[in-house]
Amino acid sequence: MAQKITIEPVTRVEGHGKVTIHLDEKGNVVRSRLHIVEFRGFERFIQGRPYWEAPVLVQRLCGICPVSHHLAAAKALDVIVGAGTGTGLSHTAEKIRRLMHYAQIFQSHALHFFHLASPDLLFGVDADPKVRNIISVARVNKELAVQGVLMRKFGQELIQATAGKKIHGTGAIPGGVNKNLSEEERDKFTKGAAPMNPGAMVAWAEEAIDFFKQYYKKNKEFIDTFSVFPSNHLSLVRKDGALDLYHGNIRAIDSEGKVILHDVDYQEYFNYIHEEVRSWSYMKFPYIAELGETEGWYRVGPLARLNTCNFIPTPLAQKEFEQYKANTDGKPNNMCMHTHYARLIELLHAAEVIKDLLNDSDLQGNELVRRGEKKHEGVGVIEAPRGTLFHHYRINDNDQVAMANLIVSTTNNNEPMNRAVNHVAKTMMTGKKEITEPMMNAIEVAIRAYDPCLSCATHAMGEMPLHIQVITADGMVVDEIKR
Amino acid sequence: MERKKIIVATASLAGCFGCHMSILDIDERILSLIDLVDFNKSPINDIKKFTEYCDIGIIEGSCCNSENVHVLKEFRKNCRTLISLGECAIMGGVPAMRNGIPIRECIEEAYLNSPSVKGHNPEMVLPNDPELPMLLDRVYPCHEIVKIDYFLPGCPPRADLIYAALEALITGNEMKLPYEIVKYD
Repeated sequence: MAQKITIEPVTRVEGHGKVTIHLDEKGNVVRSRLHIVEFRGFERFIQGRPYWEAPVLVQRLCGICPVSHHLAAAKALDVIVGAGTGTGLSHTAEKIRRLMHYAQIFQSHALHFFHLASPDLLFGVDADPKVRNIISVARVNKELAVQGVLMRKFGQELIQATAGKKIHGTGAIPGGVNKNLSEEERDKFTKGAAPMNPGAMVAWAEEAIDFFKQYYKKNKEFIDTFSVFPSNHLSLVRKDGALDLYHGNIRAIDSEGKVILHDVDYQEYFNYIHEEVRSWSYMKFPYIAELGETEGWYRVGPLARLNTCNFIPTPLAQKEFEQYKANTDGKPNNMCMHTHYARLIELLHAAEVIKDLLNDSDLQGNELVRRGEKKHEGVGVIEAPRGTLFHHYRINDNDQVAMANLIVSTTNNNEPMNRAVNHVAKTMMTGKKEITEPMMNAIEVAIRAYDPCLSCATHAMGEMPLHIQVITADGMVVDEIKR
Repeated sequence: MERKKIIVATASLAGCFGCHMSILDIDERILSLIDLVDFNKSPINDIKKFTEYCDIGIIEGSCCNSENVHVLKEFRKNCRTLISLGECAIMGGVPAMRNGIPIRECIEEAYLNSPSVKGHNPEMVLPNDPELPMLLDRVYPCHEIVKIDYFLPGCPPRADLIYAALEALITGNEMKLPYEIVKYD
């Protein structure tokens, strides 16, 4: 008897998500889909608003990494006000923004590891869902939970110091920033009582990597084989090939490391990246234009970034990077669960960057804004915690937004997440008489590795609610699992 | 004597999850909060259906589709005290900016006209699968759908405000509202 399995809801940010899996009479997976079921219409309703509202307005897309949207919009508007891209700002403005951004990377990656991944690692992927949450972590390993809470707090307070608020700040404006970092504000961090200072944060980030490496040693087979499939990888890289999360050119490589997009200028992203619309999801499917819809899809995020870049420009993270690359003999890494590993290396990198930046006297400079000849169009791209984020605006002669296009990180990972769901469904469910709880867990674990914006919050305090229905071809519910 | 724990449920409707993040911004206090509170149905845990009547329900986000309305009504039925958390829940917030615009225009802008789609969607595919819930004619604030007991303003409400409100509801003491923690951004 043919069956349809529904997992609902999977996620709850930037729209709700659900998974449907169709099985035929023999229990073969015929089709699986991750649907994003919410639509808000930002591209249209921002039209007519004054352009300088975009950095504060569009960041309301997402309260989990608002800084990324805030900065991507500001970078697009830098172009419009004639301040150029990336390097056109004053040193003070660029470094304040970088500090804000790396603080965001730091808090977001810490949130993901401690609040989301650590329950899996501590209790096991197949543990009782009731205990797999941060509250249980706090009960059995208070020290780890406290570390997670305080690392996130450190990042959030740095965001507040540079953006004005912890969530939905106002610090970046077209052409620069609206405040510098005073010595007094800086000292609160650099001279903070342990553990609330950059040195302690670097040490904790190193501990987190050690924690993962020990887990990896014990669970090598699972980490190396779960939901593995080849894909292209895309991210920004600095001119010299370094990992740079604030600015760079677009580089894309294939699963073997062959370069597809060779460090191209993102102002013309629309020549390189197109999006496909499918009737069953509000989330579009981006692909590299030259390769087409079926071959051109790619991954973004920590795994992709450590595949595309040549090196990491801070010493401790670079050392970890070399060890990490040795696992694949320097080749691109296509192992889904290694995303957690890559994310922690970036966490350490962010801590190092923050530590260096806080000692930079440019942060106390007074040249905050630069402007030049006005333009009518600009693109801003940034590496958000979850991957490459595109903002594109066109304005009219009255300084109103006339067009806005947004390709968010999670959208870039749409096809890979669908592939991951399909891969796990086929591996675990094919020919099985009964769909069990661990099978559902596995689907969820595969999606979670991508840390889709939605699920990082969904998991902040526990498990995703799952609802699976087994439905016959004529629509009768024959089995139902909830948790 | 062990006091009975207060049961809290939360939901995110059409919002950005920033309000839930602001709950996490109470930082270390969350570790003491979990001694006083148990979480029931919430997008941030594994409970899909209400398993008991709750003391406090917290709603982030407005209602933009049929599923949002359904979830909100469930919360009213199962929570003694219901709180609208943040501007979207209180007055529709940024998503309500679509209210003056025909929904068709919003859809066409995203799926036909955007520079990365234009010319590459010749069959004019739009998301319209039966798996997708129906969009409402406009975005509704929560109190237009059900009765709401308390409103905590801000985009997002500051962590201190959220904590003060929860503390007051848990202890039964009157809430202190110093000027500094109430923001209307």
